[in-house]
Amino acid sequence: MPATWIFLIVLALAAIGYVLGRGRALASAGGDSRHLHSLPSYYGANAALLAMVPALLVLVIWLFAQPLVIQNRVEHLVPETSYETEGELSLVMSDVRRIAEGLDLAVERGALSADEASDIRVEFTDIRERLGSVGVALGSDVQAPMLAAAKAWREMNATGNLIRSIAVVLVALGGFGLGLMRAEKDFRARNSVEKVIKGLLILAASLAILTTLGIVLSLLFNTIEFFRLYPALDFFFGTTWAPSFGGGSELGILPLLWGTFYISLIALAVAVPIGLFAAVYLSEYASPAVRSFAKPMIEVLAGIPTIVYGLFALLTVGPLLFQAFGPGTLGWMGGGRAVMTAGLVMGIMLIPFVSSLSDDIINAVPQAMRDGSLGLGATKSETVKQVVLPAALPGIVGAILLAASRAIGETMIVVLGAGAAARLSLNPFEAMTTVTAKIVSQLTGDADFASPEALVAFALGMTLFVITLGLNIFALWIVRKYREQYE
Amino acid sequence: MTDATASGVPAGKHTSGSLLEQNPRTKRRNAAEARFKMYGMAAVGIGLVFLVLLLVAIVRNGVPAYTQTFLSLPIELKAEALDKNGNRDLDDIRKVSTFGYNPLLDEALLRVVADNGIESDYSGADLRKMISSSAAAQVRDYVLTHPADIGETVEFRVLASSRVDGYLKGRVVREDLERDKNLDAAHLDIIDVLRDEGVVSRTFNWAFIFGADASESRPEQAGIGVSMLGSLFMMIVVLLLSLPIGVAASIYLEEFAPKNRWTDLIEVNISNLAAVPSIVFGILGLAVFIQFMHLPQSAPLVGGLVLTLMTLPTIIISTRASLKSVPPSIRDAALGVGASKMQSVFHHVLPLAMPGILTGTIIGLAQALGETAPLLLIGMVGYIASNYPDGVASGFLDPNSAMPAQIYEWAKRADPAYYERAWGGIIILLLFLMTMNIIAVILRRRFERRW
Repeated sequence: MPATWIFLIVLALAAIGYVLGRGRALASAGGDSRHLHSLPSYYGANAALLAMVPALLVLVIWLFAQPLVIQNRVEHLVPETSYETEGELSLVMSDVRRIAEGLDLAVERGALSADEASDIRVEFTDIRERLGSVGVALGSDVQAPMLAAAKAWREMNATGNLIRSIAVVLVALGGFGLGLMRAEKDFRARNSVEKVIKGLLILAASLAILTTLGIVLSLLFNTIEFFRLYPALDFFFGTTWAPSFGGGSELGILPLLWGTFYISLIALAVAVPIGLFAAVYLSEYASPAVRSFAKPMIEVLAGIPTIVYGLFALLTVGPLLFQAFGPGTLGWMGGGRAVMTAGLVMGIMLIPFVSSLSDDIINAVPQAMRDGSLGLGATKSETVKQVVLPAALPGIVGAILLAASRAIGETMIVVLGAGAAARLSLNPFEAMTTVTAKIVSQLTGDADFASPEALVAFALGMTLFVITLGLNIFALWIVRKYREQYE
Repeated sequence: MTDATASGVPAGKHTSGSLLEQNPRTKRRNAAEARFKMYGMAAVGIGLVFLVLLLVAIVRNGVPAYTQTFLSLPIELKAEALDKNGNRDLDDIRKVSTFGYNPLLDEALLRVVADNGIESDYSGADLRKMISSSAAAQVRDYVLTHPADIGETVEFRVLASSRVDGYLKGRVVREDLERDKNLDAAHLDIIDVLRDEGVVSRTFNWAFIFGADASESRPEQAGIGVSMLGSLFMMIVVLLLSLPIGVAASIYLEEFAPKNRWTDLIEVNISNLAAVPSIVFGILGLAVFIQFMHLPQSAPLVGGLVLTLMTLPTIIISTRASLKSVPPSIRDAALGVGASKMQSVFHHVLPLAMPGILTGTIIGLAQALGETAPLLLIGMVGYIASNYPDGVASGFLDPNSAMPAQIYEWAKRADPAYYERAWGGIIILLLFLMTMNIIAVILRRRFERRW
C-alpha cells in the first residue's frame, strides 16, 4: 500500500475520532456540556490527535529508516569482488536500486507479470531490453549477482511496506481507541490537547537546529570522504586549482580563497564608503522629505535578486570596463569577466546592506551626545566624525563584517561576472574565480558524487560555511560587547 | 551655506573678535563641513544613479524580447508531399517528418521573394536560413490538426530566425554577419524589401511570456512560461511549509519558551541560519534530499524544500516581531476570563498579529522567488524546460526549471540572442517581486494596528 493511502486512512480515522470523541464526551455528561471539564471540541480533538500524531510519526520515521536498513542488508549481498572502493559500491548499489525499481515499474505497466518479475533470470531474459521498454535505462547489462541483490531488494521492500502499513494503521487504531476511551466528562481534555500542540510547536522550533545539523552533517561526511581520497594538506595549502575528471587533479584552495577575498575586498571598497556616507547623510543631514524618498529607493537595490546583478555584471558592466581598460586603450583587461567587474557589481549590491544597517546604528546614538558636542561649538561634521561615529563604531564594524560575509558567500555575481580561471594574481582586471563559483561548477553536470572532483565541492562548502559563520559570530560578538556603553 | 556669514570684510585682515568676520580656521572648518555634506550627498546620489543605471539596462535590453519578427508565408500544402496515398489517413501523414516539410517552405520562400520583385540567386535552402528552424514543425502541427487543408494554400506566420529578428531590432548589423554561417548580408537586403512590403513584421511576443524553453539553436522560440510554472509550484511548497512551521516556531519561542539552554540554542541557530550563504543550502538540498532521500532531481518539490529551509529564518524573525507588538493587555484579558495560555495565543494574539505575519511571509516568498544559487545545485539548470507539466503531481515532481534558473541558463548560452531573453525574463521576475512587495506594503498599511 503506498504511503499516500496510509496517510489518507490515518486522516480519516482522525476525522472519525473527532466526531465520536466529541459525541461520547457529551453523552457521558448527559448531553449538557456544562458538566464537562473542557469544551466538547477538545474531547474530539484529543481523540483525533491521538489517532493521528503517533501514527504519522511512525510513518515518517519508517519512510526514512526502511531504505537505509534495506540498503545496508543488500550491500552484503553484492559480492566483494565486484567493487574495490566505497565509491564503486555506491555505484553498484544505485544500479541495483534502479533494476529493482525498473522491475516494479515493469510490473505496474504490465510488461511483466508479478511472478515473472520475481523469477526473472539473467540467462533467459534480456533484462536491460525489457526494462528499456518501460523507460528505465540501464548503463550496462545486468549481471546475475546484481539481479539477485535487486530481487532481494524488491522482496525486502515489499515486506517492509506491508509491515509499515500494518504498523501505522495499528498505531492509529490504538490512539483512536485510547482517545475514545478517555472521552469522558471528568477527563481534562483541554490540558491534554494543549500538551500535544505545545509538543508540535517545540518540534517546529527545533527544525532550525535540525537544519543546522543537516548542513553540518552533510558537509562533514562528504568532506571527510573527500579527505580520504585527497590529502587535506594539499587541499588547504595547494596553490594550483586544476581539476580534471580523468584523475590526477590538483585541488588547492588557495587560488579560490584569494579570488574570493580579492573580489570581496573590492566590493567592500565600493560599498563601505558609499553606504556609510549615505547613512550619515540620510540620518544627520537629509530633510524628512529627502530621507523618505532616498532611503527606500536605495533599499530597492537590496531587494533585487542576485541573478539580476550577475547579468548586469556579465552583459553591462563587463563590456563597459572592457571598453575602458581593454586592449583598445590600456590593455589591462583580457575579457569582460574580471575581479573588477564582479567586485564593482557586488559593491553596488552591498550598498543598501551597509547603509541601512549603519543608519539604524547611527540613529541609536543618543541625541544628547550630539547636542553636547554641538553646544560646545563643533560643526555638524565634526560632531559626526568625533562623537557619533566613534559611538556607533562597534555597530558599524559589525555591519561591515556582515556585509563581508555576504560578499564571501555571494554566488551568482561571481559565477557570471568573475570568470572561471583560478589564479593567484594581483591584477584586478584579470579573471579569477571564487569558492562559491567552483562549488557550482564542480557539482553541476553529471559528475559522479564519489570522485574527489565532485566531493571537493563539499570541502569548499565547509570552508565557506566556517568562514561566514565565524564572521557572523564575530560581528554579533562585537556588537553585543560594545553596544551597552552608549545606551 | 558656507558663505552665509561671510560679509564684505576684505580677506586676510586678522582683526580680532568680530563675530561678523570669519577667521581662517572657521573658514576651514566651514569648508570641511560643506565638503562632508557633499560627500554624503554624492554617496546617496551614486546609490541612486546605480539604481537608475540598473533599471535602464534592464528595460533597454529586455524590452526587445517582448516583440518578435514573423514572416507571412502562403504555403501550399502539396498532397503529393504530405499524403502520398491520398486517403488523408492521420497515421500516414504522421510518417512525414519535419524534413519532409522543408521543400514546401523552400518553395513558399522562393515564391515570396520572386513575387516581391527581388533578384536573388539563393536557393530555397539558403532562403530558409531567414526563418526559424521551428517553422517546419509549426506547419506539420497544423497539418496534423487540419488534415482537410492538404492541397490548399494556407497563410502561415512563421518565426524569423534570431539573426533576422536581431537585425530588425538593431542588435545585428551587416558587419557581424561576415563570419556568421547562419546568415549572410545579402539575406538582409531581401529582408529590407520584405519588410517594406509588409511580409516581415514585428508583433508582440506572447510566446515569450507563456511559451516553453527551446534548444540552444532556436532562441527565437524560447519562452519563460514553463519555468514560471516551475517557480509557481516551488512557491506553493514554500508557502505551505514555511508559513505553518514558521508561525509555530515563532509562537513557541515568543510565547511559551522558558529561558533555558535549548531555547538559546534555537535562537542562536535561527540567527545564524539567516546569514548562511544560500549556496550552502543548495549543498544541503543536494546531500539530504537528492543523495540521501533520493527525491527526483530538478523537481520543483525539492527546490521548494530547499527554499523553505532558506526562508524559514526570515519568516520566523518577522513573525516574532509582529507577535511581540501585540500588547500584553490582550493576553491578560484573555487569561482573566478563563482562557488557557494556548487559547489566548491562538484566539487573540495570533489573529491580531496576522497582518504582520503575512507581510513577513510575502517578503520571504519574494526573496525565495529570486533565489538562484541553491537551484543550480539541485539540477534545475541545464535542463531544457520544453514541456508543460501534465498535472499537479507532475508539476511538483517532474523536472522543471524556475524563473531565475531559466534566466541563468539563457545568460550562459553562447548566442547573444539569448541575452535579450534573459533581460526580458528579468523584467517578468522583477514585476512579480514588485507586485509581491506592493501587496506586502498595502497589507501593512491597511491592517497593521498600532497599539
